[in-house]
Amino acid sequence: MRLLRIVPDNTNFDFIRFRRVSFPVSALLSILAIVLYFTHGLNFGIDFIGGTLIEVQSKAGPADIAKMRTTLNELGLGEVQLQEFGGPENVLIRLAQQPGGEQAQQAAVQKVQGALGDAVDYRRVEVVGPRVSGELLHWGIIGIFVAIGAILIYLWFRFEWQFALGAMIANVHDIVLTLGFMSITQIDFDLTSIAALLTILGYSLNDTVVIYDRIREMLRRYKKMPMPELLNVSINATLSRSVITHVTVLLALMALLLFGGQAIHSFTATMMFGAALVGTYTSVFIASPILIYLGVGTGRQYVPDAPEEVAVESPPTVPTRTPAHARARR
Amino acid sequence: MLYFSRAKAAAILLTALVVIGFTVPNFFSEQTVKSWPAWAQRRLVLGLDLQGGSHILMEVDRNDIIKQRLDALRDEVVRTLREARITWANAPAVRGGGVEVRLREGADFSTAFAKLRGLSQPLGGVLQGNGMRTLDVVDAGGGLVRITPTDAATLERTRQTIDQSVPIIEKRINELGLVEPTVQRQGTDRILVQVPGLGDPRRLLELLGRTAKLEFRMVDSSMSAQDALQGRAPSDSEVLYEKQGDQRIPVLVKKQALVEGADLTDAQASFDQRTGEPIVNFKFNGAGARRFGRATQENVGRPFAIVLDTEVISAPVIREPILGGSGQISGNFTVESANNLAILLRAGALPAKLTVIEQRVVGPGLGLDSIKAGERASIAGAILVVVFMLATYALFGLFANIAVAVNVAMILGVLSFLSATLTLPGIAGIVLTVGIAVDSNVLIYERIREEVRNGRSAITAIDAGFTRALATILDSNITTFIAAAVLFFIGTGPVRGFAVTLGIGIITTLFTAFTMTRLIMAWWVRMVRPQTVPI
Repeated sequence: MRLLRIVPDNTNFDFIRFRRVSFPVSALLSILAIVLYFTHGLNFGIDFIGGTLIEVQSKAGPADIAKMRTTLNELGLGEVQLQEFGGPENVLIRLAQQPGGEQAQQAAVQKVQGALGDAVDYRRVEVVGPRVSGELLHWGIIGIFVAIGAILIYLWFRFEWQFALGAMIANVHDIVLTLGFMSITQIDFDLTSIAALLTILGYSLNDTVVIYDRIREMLRRYKKMPMPELLNVSINATLSRSVITHVTVLLALMALLLFGGQAIHSFTATMMFGAALVGTYTSVFIASPILIYLGVGTGRQYVPDAPEEVAVESPPTVPTRTPAHARARR
Repeated sequence: MLYFSRAKAAAILLTALVVIGFTVPNFFSEQTVKSWPAWAQRRLVLGLDLQGGSHILMEVDRNDIIKQRLDALRDEVVRTLREARITWANAPAVRGGGVEVRLREGADFSTAFAKLRGLSQPLGGVLQGNGMRTLDVVDAGGGLVRITPTDAATLERTRQTIDQSVPIIEKRINELGLVEPTVQRQGTDRILVQVPGLGDPRRLLELLGRTAKLEFRMVDSSMSAQDALQGRAPSDSEVLYEKQGDQRIPVLVKKQALVEGADLTDAQASFDQRTGEPIVNFKFNGAGARRFGRATQENVGRPFAIVLDTEVISAPVIREPILGGSGQISGNFTVESANNLAILLRAGALPAKLTVIEQRVVGPGLGLDSIKAGERASIAGAILVVVFMLATYALFGLFANIAVAVNVAMILGVLSFLSATLTLPGIAGIVLTVGIAVDSNVLIYERIREEVRNGRSAITAIDAGFTRALATILDSNITTFIAAAVLFFIGTGPVRGFAVTLGIGIITTLFTAFTMTRLIMAWWVRMVRPQTVPI
């Protein structure tokens, strides 16, 4: 039986040289994301700005959104947003934070329910008061920083500080690009988005760590190999794994996106972009090449873990196959 | 790496079996499981987003607590000064978060000031005294004394208020006869109520949103309510409103209550025998009955008002003394509102007003849809991943699929054992874990491939592949675990469900990667003695 090979054996792509392309592209995309963030902003859900969200299902066929809009606009509840949600019968109604404190929000819900009456089924009613929304945002932001900090400390202990710094730059890059994606698509930014961002952090780092692990191993075993070559060999050696893993995660996310329902739609879409696309790109094209600038491996004085292995083993495939070639290209 | 003693292999299989065994109760109905021993009864709990229900977060109104405290404090000051026969220049009054009184300057002042200072108690009693006191008593000069409750005292009072409120809220909700409602305190000033599977959240809000302070007061007939609104109401009376249909009718009532709801021993919704209207029957305890009897005796022919919170329910005329200690309230009730009032009166009044600050209600229809969506997504995800693994690694792909299946079963086992809540994001966490679990196998297999390319024989390549890949698997999963842990601590509700399944998924992934996958491979190697690696 012939097996599926997405990445051929013995790839030999010069990722380090390619940084001359990938770094400017990333910088440009990051700037674009930041500009988007400040011009378009994020589409904050009620979790973070407070307000009311009501999901209704029309009992008699497709909902007449235009008519509902007129009815609700007459209630004087400020801005009322209506949108179809997952099907023609379902409508999502959003009310802005009502002036007059916590009780005013409850009163607004009762008004809407009074106006729409029994013609619809109330599938979901969410009211988040100003105090709670403020706290949720506060904790969400703290959570992201705590996660980055904790992971950094872990990497710093497990590797060298340069690796931690490289991972952090990659991290921030991922978060910035994902925020840009959320800004351009205007996906709801709510509590599940924070969950998505944190998972993207963990996941993209997971990938970075796999490559770093290999780099560290190579640093110990091949003390004389020049850094650019060493990084290239490491990235190429783990490339097949990176791709296969991300295809499986993409498949899992695809299933969630297609069948998982509206409630986690923004969550899976964000994950798909951040973890499966940006995360992979970052660990291969940013996190590892950046180690060149951070001075990893300069003046390394490692005692090889297992000297007999170095003696027995032929050096890894890439340099043996095309050593002259690889060197000439640099 | 590839050798397992019989005992070790048995231990691994047993662990996996026991953990998976915890999923068993989920396949039986709740009734069946109830007859099992307690340790076997743990099962998965569906989150509110899957089974429908209400999540309501309430916060005690700090201003209400402060206001109550200041009113009581003013009365204390008045009493203390009167007992000491000290006269004042300006009567004690509540002002700017404290009570102020202007005393006459002179010989009396220092005694008076000392008396007022005596009102301040060490916080938390004398025994646990930590130097903090309940009041700040300050001489502001010119005979003015300002008495303010300390922040610590207010905080303590808030805490006590919540402690007293939780059982009252529990009583109210239990009266609705629902399955497993939970009432928890959160922090110092909040109560979280979670009620699964409630059809009508409006009724719940009605029961939770009321302080339910019931008072019987006399109606002040010295002037009409209209006049009182325009001119000055007598100082011991106030205007409250009675709802009749859409109208709100002002009623001038005395501030002093004849009897309060605290003296009730029972309240039941019923129907008036003559008119057939819904009413609420109530019964007083001994002291309440005596006071109510005396008051009605003295006021036959005059109207009194039944006041709930700040609303007049009805203002009937006392036709005859009510001496038996029981009576009825009528006042435009529907069957439901009469029932609600009876529940509120039986459960008692909250010590302070609670405000709903967050409400999330999921209807049963959406819950069912979400369960279906979760099921469909899981099945689709599983099929895609299984097929992809087989296509990529053939036999080894099958091994990976077995390991992942064991992994998912173990996640469900651990979740059941913890009686954890499964939410839709939680299901997403499991589907994502499938991806992560596969990764550990991919890492191992790719490493094996590499070792083969480096010229190792099949068996040594497999051995080396495991040794090297496992270190990487550990390192890389810990980062994801850190993110899951942070999410668990900051997240609430469904998001927390995601953190839980993701975190557990990482632990089971490590277990299967280090044991199951290796064990399967070891068996295969022993049986087949492979000369080449089939990947």
